[in-house]
Amino acid sequence: MNDTSPPVKLNAPLDASPNAISARGLVKSFGDVRAVDGIDLDVPRGIIFAVLGPNGAGKTTLMRMLATLTRPDAGSASVMGHDLMTAPHAVRTAIAMTGQFASLDEDLTGRENLVLLARLWGFRGRAAKARADDLLTAFDLSHAATKQVKDYSGGMRRRLDIAASLIVTPGVLFLDEPTTGLDPKARKDVWAMIRGLADSGVTILLTTQYLEEADQLAARIAVIDHGKKIAEGTSRELKAATGSGFLHVATADPARLDEAAGILEQRLGHRASRSTEGAELSILAGTAKDANEALAALVGQGIELSDFSMGQPSLDEVFFALTGQPGADAGRKEATL
Amino acid sequence: MSDTSQLQKLPKVTRPATPSALSNALVFGWRAVLKFKHVPEQLFDLVMTPIMFTLLFTFVFGGALAGSPSDYLQFFLPGILVQTVVFNAVYSGMGLSTDLGKGLFDRFRSLPIWPLAPFAGLMVGDILRHLIAGTIILTIGLILGYRPEAGLFGIIAAFAMLIAIGFGMGWIFIVLGLLIRTPTTVMTLGFTFLFPLVFASNIMVDPATMPDWLRAFVDVNPVSLMTSAIRGLMGGGVNLGEVVLALIAPVVLTAVLAPTTLWLYLRR
Repeated sequence: MNDTSPPVKLNAPLDASPNAISARGLVKSFGDVRAVDGIDLDVPRGIIFAVLGPNGAGKTTLMRMLATLTRPDAGSASVMGHDLMTAPHAVRTAIAMTGQFASLDEDLTGRENLVLLARLWGFRGRAAKARADDLLTAFDLSHAATKQVKDYSGGMRRRLDIAASLIVTPGVLFLDEPTTGLDPKARKDVWAMIRGLADSGVTILLTTQYLEEADQLAARIAVIDHGKKIAEGTSRELKAATGSGFLHVATADPARLDEAAGILEQRLGHRASRSTEGAELSILAGTAKDANEALAALVGQGIELSDFSMGQPSLDEVFFALTGQPGADAGRKEATL
Repeated sequence: MSDTSQLQKLPKVTRPATPSALSNALVFGWRAVLKFKHVPEQLFDLVMTPIMFTLLFTFVFGGALAGSPSDYLQFFLPGILVQTVVFNAVYSGMGLSTDLGKGLFDRFRSLPIWPLAPFAGLMVGDILRHLIAGTIILTIGLILGYRPEAGLFGIIAAFAMLIAIGFGMGWIFIVLGLLIRTPTTVMTLGFTFLFPLVFASNIMVDPATMPDWLRAFVDVNPVSLMTSAIRGLMGGGVNLGEVVLALIAPVVLTAVLAPTTLWLYLRR
């Protein structure tokens, strides 16, 4: 299994197939707050598309509109070729949504939850039970089939919730923060499951506030902040748009770190940040040439460097560059991409 | 990890033929039945409260109110049936509020089903609750000496009327459940509204002893009208006018609140 690099479909030409989702100028206000403030979105069929943004950016509202749960104030959209405003029922036949909060009946068993939904989709008696059992097997939940959902762990609940979205294989699967609140192991499991679904041809639109998640899973990423789309592209494109990368510098004499920061900031025109341990500087460098000249300037001032490196910016750094605030992963050690 | 490979083995299925609205509603009714199976605790409330009320009023107040407990029981039993049905209507609203808080209804709303089906399911649960509670109260009453003079047919007619009353009252709590996110607030608000209606009625006492201003209210209180009709149906001597008056409130509530429910449910 492929854990680090995005799916190969990444570079497939986007105009070759009609879009699974196509939205223009979507707006939704709650009182004075414009939760979604004019968003355009094109999601090609068969890919994993991530909507990335901090809490309150409007990700969930955007997704709820596309899933027919919230009516847009303005704008238009089509999902799997059905118009969102004029044919919401047809949209519902082509989608499934797994919300942020488990959309399951906690009092019922896992199997009963699936049978209930299978019957609502129109499977009768034995067919509904057979479909429920297929899903329980596929999601490794057979052992817990007759347990009430309230006794499920967070990871099991998520799996059942996603299984519940696959009663009928949807054209588009909406996943609202699919791994929020999960431990690292459960999170990896859900990631693997999402990749598996995408491989089987389901278009997946997921929201996340984890930069790492978008980078790991998605072929395309839209960055949303304050209800507006501020960037979109492949994770590579987003990183490239930020500049060639970050320059990381450590001085032999820690006392001269401030001096070095001053020189680098003056040369490169960006703010330098110190690593948490305080011994290393990171600064956005426009091009490799700029970085070289900045290093030369340091050496010219007699500042001895114990280490330096140039790296592709992480999505954390991309997000910081785009929004001026650190991403949700900023404080976490595991966030290095 | 094995999930991916198992996932590949998941058979792909296409959507079966669209089920009817009735079929959708019945599935939600099945859910209500499963709730009884998995949460038997809810039956305790349902069963104990009416038993306590029946015994309390019959033996503690009965003698003072009607001369003897057995005379009072004859008067009170149809009333406690109405009271129980009216109070039980609160359960749907609470259940709905719980479901909405958990995002379960988001799932239902994103499915291509008849939009009112989830509510029809709540109603099925309500009707079952009314039947269970009603049967228990009637059984206790019969044991204590209550005699339904209109016989079996009267009882069946009275229970049909009780279900109609419960159906109408249920909409009030469904609307509250849609508007209020905390189930306990739905209950508190519901009871605040229901207590005056139930106690300022002819359920417990003959309104003849009440002051005029209160009597004026009691006489037109829909709960009084329902109680009079149930008394007539079970004790004999009911007339069509009483039945029609008793059904006004349930019919009006349904006519106004069912569309309101749909609007509230679909608007967000």
